[in-house]
Amino acid sequence: MDGAYIRVENLKKYFPTKRGMLHAVDDVSFEIMKGETLGLVGESGCGKSTLGRCLIRLLDSTSGKVLLKNADDDGCIDITKATPSEMKALRKRVQIVFQDPYSCLNPRLSVWELIAEPLIVNKIYSNKNEMRRKIRSLMDTVGLAERLENSYPHELDGGRRQRIGIARSLALNPEFIVLDEPVSALDVCIQAQILNLLNELQKEFSYTYVFISHNLSVVRHVSDRIAVMYLGQIVELTEYRELFRSPLHPYTQALLSAIPLAKLDVNRERIILEGDVPSPIEPPNACRFAGRCRYAKEICRNTPPALREVMTGHYAACHFAKEN
Amino acid sequence: MSTEIIPELSRKKRGPFMDVMMRLAKSPLAMFGLAIIFVLVFCAVFAEVISPYSPIKQDLMHMFETPSAQHWLGTDEFGRDILSRLIYGARVSLQVGFIAVGIALVTGGMLGAISGYYTGWLDNCIMRVMDVLLSIPQTLLVIAIVAALGPSLMNLMIAVGISAVPTYARIVRGSVLSIRSMEFIEAARAAGSSDLRIILKHIIPNSMAPIIVQSTLGVASAILNAAGLSFIGLGIQPPNPEWGAMLSGGRQYIRDFPHMTLYPGLAIMLTILALNFLGDGLRDALDPKLKR
Repeated sequence: MDGAYIRVENLKKYFPTKRGMLHAVDDVSFEIMKGETLGLVGESGCGKSTLGRCLIRLLDSTSGKVLLKNADDDGCIDITKATPSEMKALRKRVQIVFQDPYSCLNPRLSVWELIAEPLIVNKIYSNKNEMRRKIRSLMDTVGLAERLENSYPHELDGGRRQRIGIARSLALNPEFIVLDEPVSALDVCIQAQILNLLNELQKEFSYTYVFISHNLSVVRHVSDRIAVMYLGQIVELTEYRELFRSPLHPYTQALLSAIPLAKLDVNRERIILEGDVPSPIEPPNACRFAGRCRYAKEICRNTPPALREVMTGHYAACHFAKEN
Repeated sequence: MSTEIIPELSRKKRGPFMDVMMRLAKSPLAMFGLAIIFVLVFCAVFAEVISPYSPIKQDLMHMFETPSAQHWLGTDEFGRDILSRLIYGARVSLQVGFIAVGIALVTGGMLGAISGYYTGWLDNCIMRVMDVLLSIPQTLLVIAIVAALGPSLMNLMIAVGISAVPTYARIVRGSVLSIRSMEFIEAARAAGSSDLRIILKHIIPNSMAPIIVQSTLGVASAILNAAGLSFIGLGIQPPNPEWGAMLSGGRQYIRDFPHMTLYPGLAIMLTILALNFLGDGLRDALDPKLKR
């Protein structure tokens, strides 16, 4: 696909540990379109956040490419190999919103200083008044009252802190934002506020999002396409309605069956996954889900399945996934 | 209604420094400490004007006198006025205390911050050198340095400073290591901050608390360290007055004339107490979480 805005090719991130290599992200390839939201779901420790950080190079990847289309021509730049000066320019284009609004803000800086930081370090404004206007407008955009500008993070609730985090990431007018579980630390009604805010911002400024979450209903609410991760690999990737209607990978099926339904009369089969997630340290060369899969056959234990396009636009990494 | 907005506006007008000072002013203990330090500094600066006698002039007619109207704090074994000697001694002791700690704080702090932030081989190199320094007893190290540089006030301060560097380096490294892994450091990097800015703006302000406490205590131990050196003749040369030297000089007469050790001891204690109060107050004033 040539229309891809970001193309990730065979991205790997291994961490050396005492017991061997930890395969946090293992050979992941996918594309993100301009202006879409790609949901990234998976259970804790499956490598979602690591993948998100590799995308914007807060972590150096072990191998692979992250190609970001240039703004002015048709070429791309490989984020994983950008030089420090290229990276400085890229920081204005790719941003991140962190999961925990309690620890991602320096407790000694006021709201004003926190939002000003990206503007100051990138020397966006030489004029103090312009910067003041920009900060005011950012606070307004994310819904922070002006009177809070001298407050410190600990004086504010989780939702307001997350708004500061969002304002910081918007300050440089980025094109691409990694949202690393931006609502998982918030309670439900504030979650909805933040999700709506993110949606509105996307409509207004046509941001491209990668939305990382372990909560399927949240991801469904915001995503255009959803990628399901299991143990460092993407096992299924498709448009969000399609995923909920006809999941192809047995892991996705199990995940979907675990979403609670607020209906008493619906009797549906719950797929209970037996056993634990295997260790990501030196995983065997096989389907990583084989040990817990109810369809597993001999081939699953010998050959790792590739992520293939089973139906148009619907990718799955399973030997037995087929059109239904 | 409009009165509610006024505190917000007035706070905006004050700079961060005034903000800290205002918060410091709310702590009575810190103000007490600050007052004592002001008095001491005043004494040190205007010693010629306020001291009633010369600090080195001997008066053998009035040896070992206990406090009286002529000599408020008594006289020592050569009949010198103890009050005057204390006032002049404040000069040397405060200088040694503050400058030596300053040297240790800046050098040790930078080394600790670098090794805590970059980790890896650089951290290993720096910390092993610090271990070497730590393995030598502090007094011995100071003696060695002064012996090499020659006895003088400046060299004494340098020596005491260097000997305290490893302590600061370790403390700073420890707190930097714990702050470094916080998410807001990653957030600063994502915003494009340089390493230097991250260290200066994010890591150091957040790892100040233990350093402030250590430096206020460090002034005390620097004064005592310098006193020890004066005692063995490598620091302040007699007859120049210095609190530590007075303390050790009076030591041999402590059974008969305890006032000779009591007053220098009290002066050291009061200085340290004041510094500790001030340090505690400063630590709290710098922490926005404790703002009321």
